[in-house]
Order: sequence, then structure tokens, then C-alpha cells
Amino acid sequence: MRLERRAAASGLMGVLAPVLAVLAAALGAALLFAVMGKDPVACLHTLFVAPLADATGLSELALKATPLLLCAIGIAVGVQANVWNIGAEGQFTMGAIGGGAVGLWLGPEGGWFVLPLVLLAGVLGGMGWAAIAAWLRTRFNAHEILVTLMLSYVAVQILGWLVRGPLQDPEGFNFPQSRQFEPAATLPLLFEGGRVTIAALFALAAVPAGALLLGRTLIGYRIRVVGLAPGAARYAGFSETSAVWFCLLLSGGLAGLAGVSEVAGPIGQLLPTISPGYGFAAIIVAFLGRLRPVGMLLAALLMALLYLGGEALQITQQLPLAATGVIQGMLLLFLLGADVLVLYRIRIGGRAHG
Amino acid sequence: MEFTPRLDLRGISKRYGATQANDGIDLRVMPGEIHALLGENGAGKSTLVKIIYGVVQPDSGTIAWEGAAVRIADPNAARALGIGMVFQHFSLFETLTVAENIALGLGAGESIAALSARIAEVAARYGLAVDPGRHVHHLSVGERQRVEILRCLLQAPRLLIMDEPTSVLTPQEVEGLFAMLRRLAAEGCSVLYISHKLAEIRALCDGATVLRGGRVVGSCVPRETAPSVMAEMMIGRALAAPAAIARPAAGGAVLEARGLSLAADDPFGTDLRDINLDVRAGEILGIAGVAGNGQKELLAALTGERLAAEQGSVVVAGTACGRRGAAARRRLGLAAVPEERLGRGAVAELSLTENALLTGTDGGLVRGGFVDFAGLRRFARGVIDAFRVVAAGAEAPASSLSGGNMQKFIIGREVGHAPKVLIASHPTWGVDVGAALAIHDALRDLAASGVGVLIVSEDLDELLAICDRIGVLHGGALSPPTPVGETDIERIGLLMGGVVMEGGAHAA
Repeated sequence: MRLERRAAASGLMGVLAPVLAVLAAALGAALLFAVMGKDPVACLHTLFVAPLADATGLSELALKATPLLLCAIGIAVGVQANVWNIGAEGQFTMGAIGGGAVGLWLGPEGGWFVLPLVLLAGVLGGMGWAAIAAWLRTRFNAHEILVTLMLSYVAVQILGWLVRGPLQDPEGFNFPQSRQFEPAATLPLLFEGGRVTIAALFALAAVPAGALLLGRTLIGYRIRVVGLAPGAARYAGFSETSAVWFCLLLSGGLAGLAGVSEVAGPIGQLLPTISPGYGFAAIIVAFLGRLRPVGMLLAALLMALLYLGGEALQITQQLPLAATGVIQGMLLLFLLGADVLVLYRIRIGGRAHG
Repeated sequence: MEFTPRLDLRGISKRYGATQANDGIDLRVMPGEIHALLGENGAGKSTLVKIIYGVVQPDSGTIAWEGAAVRIADPNAARALGIGMVFQHFSLFETLTVAENIALGLGAGESIAALSARIAEVAARYGLAVDPGRHVHHLSVGERQRVEILRCLLQAPRLLIMDEPTSVLTPQEVEGLFAMLRRLAAEGCSVLYISHKLAEIRALCDGATVLRGGRVVGSCVPRETAPSVMAEMMIGRALAAPAAIARPAAGGAVLEARGLSLAADDPFGTDLRDINLDVRAGEILGIAGVAGNGQKELLAALTGERLAAEQGSVVVAGTACGRRGAAARRRLGLAAVPEERLGRGAVAELSLTENALLTGTDGGLVRGGFVDFAGLRRFARGVIDAFRVVAAGAEAPASSLSGGNMQKFIIGREVGHAPKVLIASHPTWGVDVGAALAIHDALRDLAASGVGVLIVSEDLDELLAICDRIGVLHGGALSPPTPVGETDIERIGLLMGGVVMEGGAHAA
């Protein structure tokens, strides 16, 4: 059995591949449920349908899709330049720390400027964390895949230390958590009764902005040339160093914005754990969405649904949280498999006649 | 005289996807014959040779070796039969010695000392001067080719396949190679000689098979056939004679190198040593030389992909810019056509429209950071029309074009940006004859319009045909450019081989 490159990859199949991957992952999930002794139909219903049944569910969906989409768009822009930011999770965390620290430091004082400052500090926190990877890559050629990933674990440790140390709530009975943010340092809700904040609008705005950046601007063009053909970029005089810095700062900033939006939104304070792996799940979102902004919007909604459904499965079907991780993993695996089949065909047998 | 062919191919066909690379090819090579396989790029020569050497399997057809039907499963089987092949691109390890490289190809069983003795003996017999104990990275390209040939000869081949062997040699080295091949043929070894250089084939070969579009379109005895007749067989139509263009007298210098020295950034690269040249408006300056003598480094230093130590080392249109990058030099009026088309001169995955932007980011095609795609498309269409680029439109991806058409597009794009000086590296390398003529015409027209043109090429015939002056690059140093009328192929050949002319033509 061997793989043979297709003469022409079908454009339609390129779009259909993620859909097929989702169906295959659903089938795999059903199988998993059956093996675990659960009713697969009921579980699938809990996973994919039940969370969308009411307004609260839809609001929660938007809440979870927001950080996924913000992180994914940054990751996708980087991938175009062959810059692989695997550590959006760390930049997310540093964004939360930056914004949170500024919010706590300003305290009850201040006016309208508090929230913009908190958000700005969040963006800068994410950018600063990504800048370490950019500097190491452009100065010492240390690969950003490794550096960003490792820095994610460092960021989580820093957060853990802060909420047990300098930023711990003095009246919090020694719980590892900060004080609650003042209302002035908290994002306004999109509508009463839900938990979604205006951060969802930031994520929505990032969709056309990302499409415009990649498709219409000179910066986007340079990024794509650097990613597709480094030799052509050198010939044209496009700097790879600038592309690396731009992509990492952009994706770090977006992840930082996502992070600060979580703590200055639904969470409302700094806790040792603020992300159920949004930064990592965003990598799946980016590829499931074909690295295209609109595709990533749909993929972020699907991934958010998996989070919600996964929580529901824990409650109603007593399934472990790991089951959600397994389904996420299957999704990525089937997507990558489908991609291979879009580009290649499988031939069985020896040296066949062409 | 033996009458059983050494190699007899009948009806060989091979298809790759939509491309019929070989279509019912018959080829017969007699013992002791030097047989030419002639054709343009894409005619199917490479595929056929790979089939003979067992690298690919034919879809249909038969192969007879010395009268017996055989199936050549892989290159080992080919070597076992007595088929040796010298590829165009060598496969030698730079850090190993000649003998070690050859030992790797032969497999285990012989001590390096015993092998070295055998190499020296075979080398002496065929006049191939190579020291078995030297490291490959010290060897010139010609010497490396000798190592590859020796590797074949040690296995006492009865058919030696040579794929475009002379493109990397000086004229004197070509003579040496031909003498060796004639001697080999006189001893009964057959040679299958692949080339598109008609003069060489007429000088060397006993018979020729001409391929076009994957089929045999004729065969001839090269010595008795006019080159124009062979060329017509090869390209399928008569060649138009290049139009004579009145060239204005050369004007002021538009590109200058002043004492340009630059250490190579690759451990096996060539350091540039005190290069001085000036390209004047309206002239074509050629730089000859065997590959690997600093061409790559010189091009990078002139275009700004690598920066010189001194601002004054490179001057474009009167502005010293040795410390400024490629984009800055382009703004001064410097355009470049790199040797590699896809991956350097153009991005394979992008459309022609998008590729037009690669070097057009400074003109009116970008406004406020946004790309004017409508204007870009018009520009790309203009290039396609003006240079008769065969493409499925401006939205066709670069990867869908043939090498010649892609090259015409890249040259057209650079010309379209109205440069003051154009640097072209191997402008017709791997391009079919028709496109090569069109490219030469375009370069002449460009010079006639007052642009300075610098051409770096290993093809001496090309340089002598279109250049006004020629300099030779050897070991990273450039001989003073001489008007074409005052030099000849012999002199240039000696310079390419590193012989210093009287009067110290080579600044050491």
C-alpha cells in the first residue's frame, strides 16, 4: 500500500474534508460511548444538540467560542508565514496576568480609562510573552514551536505563584485567588442574563480584519511569500525577521486579549486555572477552519460546542472530562487524515501501471 | 563488427498523470557506438534514461540487452548488467575523499588502499587526472565529474550513459572528456550521450535519435546532418534568425562593483575576492565561469541579498548601496532574474497576478498598505501579452507554467518595472530553444533601450552570442571584462580553468 500524489487536488474536497472529519469524529465518539457502556445516541444528543436548546446555551457557546477564535486567528496568520505559535495558552495566561494586575492595582479608583488600560495591559502581556519566542527565533534560531510551548508551562506557574503570593486576596481565607475585579475593570455584558461580554464582538471583528490582512494588504502578501517560498522572499527583499516578529506579536496580542477578556469577564478574578486549554484547542480550530477566518469562526463554534457538550456529558452521563479531550483529538486526527486523502490517493499493490 | 545491439528498446511508453512522457519509443545502441539522445527539455529524454537505468519502470514496451529480453528492476540490476550512468547532478559527499566516495558506490569488500590503487590505474588509462586521496570539497566541478565517471568505469561498464555532461566544463575539459569517451568506445563500450548541444553531438556521436514530445521524431548520422536540420527535428519548426538590432553606444555606468570582497556564507562556498566591474547603460556584460566559482555569491552581493562590508563596494545608478538590502537597491533601479524560477523568482503556489507583486511593491500597485489587485492583474496581463507567455490567464498558478514560459514571465515582470540595470542569472537554463531565442531577443531589446544588462551564465555559446563584453569568474575573482570581438572561446576557456593571462588578468 502506498500513497500517490493526485494530479490535481479537488477544491471542493478541500472544503468538505473538515465536514467529513467532524462526521468521522462523531462516529468515533459514538463508538467510544458504546465501549464505555453508555447509550451512544443519548450521549451524542447531550454532546451536540442539548447545549443549543436554549438562550443560555447559545450565550455559553459564544462565550467559549470567543477566546478560541481570537487565539486561532493569530495562530493562522502565523502559520501562513511558517511561524508556528503553539503556545497561545501561555500568551493567554500572561494576558490575563497583565490585565488582571493592572485592574487590581488601579483598585476602586478611576473612571472610564480603567477598562481600556486593563485590556491594553492584557494585549501587551500576551505580546511580551510571544516576543521572547520571536527574539530567540530571530537571534538564535531557536524554533518557536518548542519555545512557545515551553513558555506556556512557565506562564501557568507564574500565575499560580501570583495568586498564592503578591496578588492573593488578603481577605480570601488563604484561597489561591485574587480579589474580585471592580466593575470599572470588568467588560460589559453583551446582554443581561448571559455571561457573554463585548469580547465576543472583538472576536467577530477579528474575522474580517484577518481576512483583509491576509488577502488584501501588502503585509499579508509578504507573510504569505515568507511562508511559501523563503527564497523568493529573500529575492524580493521581504524580511523574514520582520515577518516572525509581526506574526508572533499579533498572535501573542490576540491571545493576550482573549486571556484578559476571560478574567475581566466571566471569571472576574485571577485563579490558578483560568483556561480549559483554549490556547491549545485553538490550534485545532485554526486547522479545522482551513486557516481561513470565516472557516475558523465556524470551527470555533464547533469546538465551543464540544466544550459545552463535554461538560454536559460529565454531569448527565457521568463521563470523565478526558472523554472531551479524546473527541478533540479524534477530530484533529481525522482532519489530518482527510487532508492527506485530498492530496494523495491510496494505491494497493506493487508498482502499478500509471 | 557485431550485429547484436548492446541495447534495444522497443515501444517504450511511460505516463505520469496527464503527461505522456514516453510514447512508443524505439532506441538501438550498437556495441562501441557513441549514440546521441537529442531533444529539448521535456522531450522525454530523462524519463527514457531513468527507464534504462532502472529508476522507473515503463508502462509498456520491451528492453533487450545484448539480444536477451530483460527487466531492469532497479539501478543495482542495471549496474549488474553493465550499465553505468553519470548524472547531471553529482552525488558525492563533500567531506569524504575520492576513494571513499567511490567505495560507497561499489559496496563493501575492498580496502581503501587497494581501491585507491585501482582508481589510479583506471584514471591513468583513460587520462582522468584525479588523486584518490583528495577530499571532494577541494575538487573543481570538472574533477568531480571525473570522479563520477571513474565510479562507473571501475565497474567495467558496457554501456555508459552521460546526461548533459558538458554544461559544467570548460572548453578544454570538454575536449578531454570527448577523448576519453572515444577511447572507451574504441574498446567496445557503448555510450548513450544526452544533450541538446548540436555542435558537440556532431563532433562526438556516431548516431543520434531525436525525441520531441515523448516520441521519436527521427534519427540521423550527426556528422552528415546539418545542425539546422537537427534543430528543426528537435523543435518541430524552422528557427527564426535573431533580428539585428542597432545598439546605441554604451553610456555611463549603471551598476558598479568596486573592490567587492565577501566571505562565503556556506562552508563549501566561494569567497569573492576584489571584484571590479561596471555595467554601462545600453550594453550587455557577460560573466562566464564554471559553476561554483563564486557566481551565486556574486549575484547575492550585487542584488543585495547579502550585504557588502562597505557602502561603496556596490554602486547602482550612481548611488553607493553596498550596505543596503535587495528592496532598497530595487528602488534605485536594479532588477534581477534569479537562476531558480520557482521558489525564488516566483512563488509556485501563487497566481501570476500575485507573483507580479513580488518585485512591484514600490510602484503604484500598493496604496496605503493595500494591494491594488485590479491594477496588478492588468500589469500581469500586459506581461503575458508582451512576452507571449503561454498560460491559462493571469490567475493561473506559477507552478502550472513550463520553465520557459515562467522565465519569460519573470523577465517580463522585471522589464515591466522599468529598471536601469537588469541582472540575469542563467536566463535560458532549462528553457526550450524557442523560448531561449525570445529571451535573448528581450535582453537585446532591453539593452537597446538603454538599460544595462549583466548576464551570468555557464553557457559560453549564449554569452558569445549576445554579450558586448565578457569577464570570467574563477575562484571568486573576476578577470577584466574584454569586448567579445577581442577574445575567443580558447582564451575564455583558459580563464575559466584558472590560467592567469599575461599581464595578470586575474587579480589574485
